[in-house]
Amino acid sequence: MSWESVIGIEVHVELATNSKMFCGCAVGFGEPPNTSVCPTCLGLPGALPVPNQVALDSIIAIGLAFDCSVAPTSVFHRKNYFYADLPKNYQISQFDAPICLEGHLDVTVDGQTRRVGIERAHMEEDTGKSSHVGDGGRIHGASATLLDFNRAGVPLVEIVSKPEIHSAAEARAYAQSLRAVVAELGVSDARLEEGSIRFDANVSIRPIGVETLGTKVEVKNMNSFRSLERAVQYEIDRQIALVESDGAVVQETRHWDEEAGLTRSMRSKEGSSDYRYFAEPDLTPMEMDEAWIDRVAATLPELPAKRIDRYVGSGLEVSLAEILSGAEAPIRELYEAAVGAGADARSAANWVTGEITAWLRREETDADSLPLTGTQLAELISLVDEGKVSASAAKDVLNGVLDGEGDPGDVATKRDLIQISDAGTIEAAVDIVLADNPDAFASLRDGEEKVLGFLVGQVMRATQGKADPKLVNDVIRERVSD
Amino acid sequence: MPVEIDIAHVARLARLGLTEPELDHYRDQLAVILEHAARVQELEGEPDVDVTHPLGVVNAFRPDEVRTSLDREEVLGQAPEARDGYFVVPPALEL
Amino acid sequence: MDAPNIATAGEKLRDGSLTAVQLLDGVLKRAADTEAQIHAYLTIDRSGAIAAAETADRELAAGVDRGPLHGIPVALKDNMVTRGLETTASSEILSGYLPPYDATVVSRLREGGAVIVGKTNLDEFAMGSSTENSAYGPTYNPWDITRIPGGSSGGSAAAVAAGSALVGLGSDTGGSIRQPAALTGVVGMKPTYGTVSRYGLIAFASSLDQIGPLSRTVLDSALTLKAIWGHDPLDATSYRGEYPDLLEGIGDGVEGLKVGVVKELSGEGYESDVDERVSAMVDQLGRAGAEVAEVSLPTFDIALSAYYLIAPAECSANLARFDGIRYGLREDGETTEEMMSRTRASGFGPEVTRRILLGTYALSAGYYDAFYGQAQRVRSAIRDDFARAYSSVDVLVSPTSPTVAFKAGERTDDPLAMYLSDICTIPSNLSGDPAISVPIGLDSRGLPIGFQVMAPALGEPMMYRVASVVEQLAGFDAQPSLELVAG
Repeated sequence: MSWESVIGIEVHVELATNSKMFCGCAVGFGEPPNTSVCPTCLGLPGALPVPNQVALDSIIAIGLAFDCSVAPTSVFHRKNYFYADLPKNYQISQFDAPICLEGHLDVTVDGQTRRVGIERAHMEEDTGKSSHVGDGGRIHGASATLLDFNRAGVPLVEIVSKPEIHSAAEARAYAQSLRAVVAELGVSDARLEEGSIRFDANVSIRPIGVETLGTKVEVKNMNSFRSLERAVQYEIDRQIALVESDGAVVQETRHWDEEAGLTRSMRSKEGSSDYRYFAEPDLTPMEMDEAWIDRVAATLPELPAKRIDRYVGSGLEVSLAEILSGAEAPIRELYEAAVGAGADARSAANWVTGEITAWLRREETDADSLPLTGTQLAELISLVDEGKVSASAAKDVLNGVLDGEGDPGDVATKRDLIQISDAGTIEAAVDIVLADNPDAFASLRDGEEKVLGFLVGQVMRATQGKADPKLVNDVIRERVSD
Repeated sequence: MPVEIDIAHVARLARLGLTEPELDHYRDQLAVILEHAARVQELEGEPDVDVTHPLGVVNAFRPDEVRTSLDREEVLGQAPEARDGYFVVPPALEL
Repeated sequence: MDAPNIATAGEKLRDGSLTAVQLLDGVLKRAADTEAQIHAYLTIDRSGAIAAAETADRELAAGVDRGPLHGIPVALKDNMVTRGLETTASSEILSGYLPPYDATVVSRLREGGAVIVGKTNLDEFAMGSSTENSAYGPTYNPWDITRIPGGSSGGSAAAVAAGSALVGLGSDTGGSIRQPAALTGVVGMKPTYGTVSRYGLIAFASSLDQIGPLSRTVLDSALTLKAIWGHDPLDATSYRGEYPDLLEGIGDGVEGLKVGVVKELSGEGYESDVDERVSAMVDQLGRAGAEVAEVSLPTFDIALSAYYLIAPAECSANLARFDGIRYGLREDGETTEEMMSRTRASGFGPEVTRRILLGTYALSAGYYDAFYGQAQRVRSAIRDDFARAYSSVDVLVSPTSPTVAFKAGERTDDPLAMYLSDICTIPSNLSGDPAISVPIGLDSRGLPIGFQVMAPALGEPMMYRVASVVEQLAGFDAQPSLELVAG
């Protein structure tokens, strides 16, 4: 039998706000334990939560970036479960009235682009961190758990895809695209290694052609895109092998073991969980009116997919548009500025992604401090287009500008790189070369095209490479037809 | 009405480590209270208003500003067990 | 000594005939004489109070006037956190807990120059109607020490009644300020939900809890509320709009006002002395010029049922944080879960345990819609009923409690009978509206009877206007005949 895998991805994005979701404690990373805590995020008796406006702006931005609809009203719920790293033993989260609903993300695998639906994005708070240690002098038991609540209450956006992903590679591509968008929005550090973006996968299989979903298994603990892909593939293979040997998939949560390269069942003593959700009485409803959504929309940066479309629309090939879109922001801005100053889009894109990026790498310089303006780049491009500087000489001009020697025209002059495009001078040089090489000239007249290159080369040599080769070409042809 | 109360399950959800006689006692009391509480089902018709804040407060947010956190020693001073800046608990059972 | 009130003591503090330290001395002396019998306080902060009184005297002498509470001794229910001063909510699970911060009301009292005498007893986590559910022993009623003072703010009520504070703060989730006020012959008031910050109030049921004053007079009630209410950015449910002038109606009488008598809050289950005294006051209001009419609010019959689902549901989550990790009691256990379960079983008393179980059940899968969900619909229907009533009357009146103070131990084994103590007060918590209890006399046994005035949201000025007329008409000036232990 042939099987189809059905995968849904849940992503947790920690927002990079100044303060936590419901209190004024600083959001940091790597601070000493329990130093960024207050009555609210520690769940002290009497403390109350107040939502962070910027965190809510951020989830709306995320929703808009994925073409979600933003709910006109939304509420927080309490999700009740006891866990040592959860200070109140309930998590303030959202249940049946999330802020963002029904969006999508386009995912490309092997050149094929597919649209994956996003079911919802909701706001919640992160838990603290626990670490397990060996014998620490406790009277009973050989080990203990240490708790640090610095992360407790950090704003977290959970983005839930629809079960519309059908391979491990697609799961990975979805995660990568999603991360790119979130990073672009600037709402999160989106660093997998620091856990500021975390991926869980719900994996099931079904015979091809069957509509109903199979029993799903939740796979956790993947901390790189590669491990996500491996874990999903492992889980698909495991389920197929299980079912084909007359076993049955059990609904459960499994833990990915990166070193062993397999998933393990996380056996929890608690049977089926019963979170007893109810509307958080310490918080009032949120009303996301148009003014609010418009205010957030106005701050949205251009996202990769839209940007690539725009680049293609202005004349770039898709591959070049993708490269440029992936470039650092100052590089893209330089491109925009050059085009704004009248430069040809393709030339500008080639320059910024080619020579200019190479120079930055060579000089180990940040793109932020690139000593080149869009106007200068546009001038350089027009020198080439107008034939005043040859393509190869243009690279020298660029280096001169980057070395601070002045604007491209000045540099070309100072470095003596201006092409000879004066017709009279070129005609004189051509005539001398033709007189010196009568045999070659005769062959050309007889239609032997290959000697044209030789003659042009002779003229270029005579002019120390400064003649505009196109003009030289034209003049020699004129002489042939004379 | 709800004569069926899985009191052990409820106590487990609430992390209340009660003895068998205590569980029996609370189950009997809950049965009596719930029988009275079930009168909420006598409500006729659908109410007009939603349960929201009586003064209609919505969108009560705070600016994203950092406020001073608590002094760690003062916080940990209230903990039954603390070590090296951490709260300490017996190990979790999972995994 | 003749029990002073805020208004009269305030005059003397300002004309120099009394100092805050003298006033406090009188209160502390009274506490020393009465505490052994009534046990209103869990903690008396003698040194903190003396320091605050001395500061108040210095400031008043220097012409710095922080308002009506400046120099006034105040009792705080022990479910409001006080920095560095033990706060237990009368629970074993918080024994010895020293909070690292002050509740907003505490900060406001301090800013207003009030002298915090100490922390008063309550039913554990404010769950109860008799102040018997305290891990630290019950409070007794100054009018008859074989009886309870009501609850859960029984400690603050008893302290004000006994004169061991001029005013007290309580919290009211289902009547926990008004019912003990009625049973101890003082004025107790629950403000509109959202007008007094809950930041630092150890939560029982977040959507119902509200802090308010217990005082000797209606004017004192308004003066105290004025000092503590107002928007607080630390409480997301805090009202941000205009707050009315609480004193604007006091003294205006009831001529032309429409007073609705709640039909459902009388008759069966109500002591005849209570019904009679309340009817007599209604007649007096009529003679004073009010238009009196009976009003029916049919959903009141099922308000108690809704309350005993909603409040336990919220409490089951609010009390989940008491797990032996960050503060309070811890019992040993081999695993986190075992430690938590043992700590909670050992740290919570029976009433709290009962309500946590009840709330957990009402929210659990399969029962949510029939219980919690339906209770919320009833709550909405109660608001509808109130809105309909207020379209034709200015205030609603009723007894505060169906009975006077009952004997200690009388209802401790019958939760349902205990819950019925709150039948008159619960509707205002479910609607979020303000309500006040004013003492109007004694029953045949010499026990106080309270009269409740309810008003729509932010209708405090109208409520105080009517309450002050009730106070005047009742002319209630009896004092508890507490036999003092010699010494």
